[in-house]
Amino acid sequence: MYEDHVKLKGKIVDFGGWALPVQYDHLGIKKEHLQVRSVAGLFDVSHMGEVWITGEEAAAFVYNLVTNDTTLLRDGQIQYNIMCYPSGGAVDDLLVYKCGDNRFFLVINASNIDKDVAWIEEQAKGKKVTVHHASSEYAEVALQGPKAEKILQKLISEDVAQLPFFHFYEKVALGNLEALISRTGYTGEDGFEIYVPWNDGSRLWNMVMEAGEEENLEPAGLGARDSLRFEACLPLYGHEISQDISPLEGGLGFFVKLDKKGFIGQEALRESKEKGRYRRNIALEMLEKGVPREGYPVHLESGDLLGYVTTGGYSPSLDKNIALALISPEAFEEEGPFYIDIRGKKKEAKRVKKPFYKKNYKA
Amino acid sequence: MELRFDTACKYTKDHEWIRLEGNQGYVGISDYAQHAMGDVVFVELPEVGASFDGGDDFCVVESVKGANDVYTPLGCTVLEVNESLEDEPEKVNQEPYESWIAKVEVTNSAEADQLMDKDQYEAYCASLEEE
Repeated sequence: MYEDHVKLKGKIVDFGGWALPVQYDHLGIKKEHLQVRSVAGLFDVSHMGEVWITGEEAAAFVYNLVTNDTTLLRDGQIQYNIMCYPSGGAVDDLLVYKCGDNRFFLVINASNIDKDVAWIEEQAKGKKVTVHHASSEYAEVALQGPKAEKILQKLISEDVAQLPFFHFYEKVALGNLEALISRTGYTGEDGFEIYVPWNDGSRLWNMVMEAGEEENLEPAGLGARDSLRFEACLPLYGHEISQDISPLEGGLGFFVKLDKKGFIGQEALRESKEKGRYRRNIALEMLEKGVPREGYPVHLESGDLLGYVTTGGYSPSLDKNIALALISPEAFEEEGPFYIDIRGKKKEAKRVKKPFYKKNYKA
Repeated sequence: MELRFDTACKYTKDHEWIRLEGNQGYVGISDYAQHAMGDVVFVELPEVGASFDGGDDFCVVESVKGANDVYTPLGCTVLEVNESLEDEPEKVNQEPYESWIAKVEVTNSAEADQLMDKDQYEAYCASLEEE
């Protein structure tokens, strides 16, 4: 698909060894962002990692590997999950696709592929499971936005309206391609992620772009992907969660089922939860002019340091400057005013409810 | 991409421009710079009265992508800042050569000879595009 992005005047950057478009010249991040919110955008997300877990112990293995309760999954359903270390820190966040009791498809972050695969293989030792690292076998695009359903419907014979959010078709004929299609995304909008064999990537990209011509589908780059996920308060590994920031601290407690019958990291996370002394991720909106960025300190008026910004920036949908910040356990009840230290100048911010942008999913 | 240039400006390798009128001049960022930064969302203006050496951190232009340092083309003292950019930062993208950031008094206007003129800067930008 690289050549397709160059043709579309994508500004290519190196992203963990992948040459990917951060934005397209004729639009830019802000317009691409608003386009996804109001119409639809197409992202090349082939850099995402894929891992197949198969075998007679696959279900039990996946259950133990992740924080959410995977026994709730039916075939054809997807669940958001976090893989943790015994310390409770996050190895990665991932989507778990259940194809059957003995077959699970895991989608992991590009920047964590090597580490994740090594971790999963380590856990699989002695278990009746096969771990198949398949990242190089798949190309993936994300078709996101309110018009996504209409555009996809032109390409497949299945009734797309019948595919609920966080469900997937494992094998669908998409033109002359065979695709895995899930109703998922990373933008806070309705949309789909489409996986095809690696060599079919360019054909897939062009088929979807063509199908969306009437709806004014536009390409969208990694820049818009980040600003869209940020407004919807969807976490990004290395920012809201990391090896040193647990999913509880990242605000993902809903996806951590502490009553499960065993999973890696359970004890540490349960202890944090019971003691209640863990950091929290809060949402802030700037009241004074200035753009908060990752790593900027967050203070109270007294000068007490509360924590730091995990993601910050301009929100195209709200036309405001906003931040997610990881703050100390004691500070959770604080109502502010908060101050973000922007290059040595303290700028006032107020605490707001999450998410900044209400997700627009189809039930 | 068709880049815009202003023949009345002198340019730096970091893509600032200065439009001199005697000892005074207007400072801004070039079309190349605004393209590279992407959508500008905030300009943190320098302080009126502040003095700088050439190449000092002058101000910060925030785009959707991140914070971008802007350096002084020449040693100077700030006389006036363009406050309209606080409300309309997107003007930096739309009209980079009209959107001056500050009006300055230059310490030594002879230093301007070291800056690029329009033709030199245009060739410089072309050489960067080829990389």
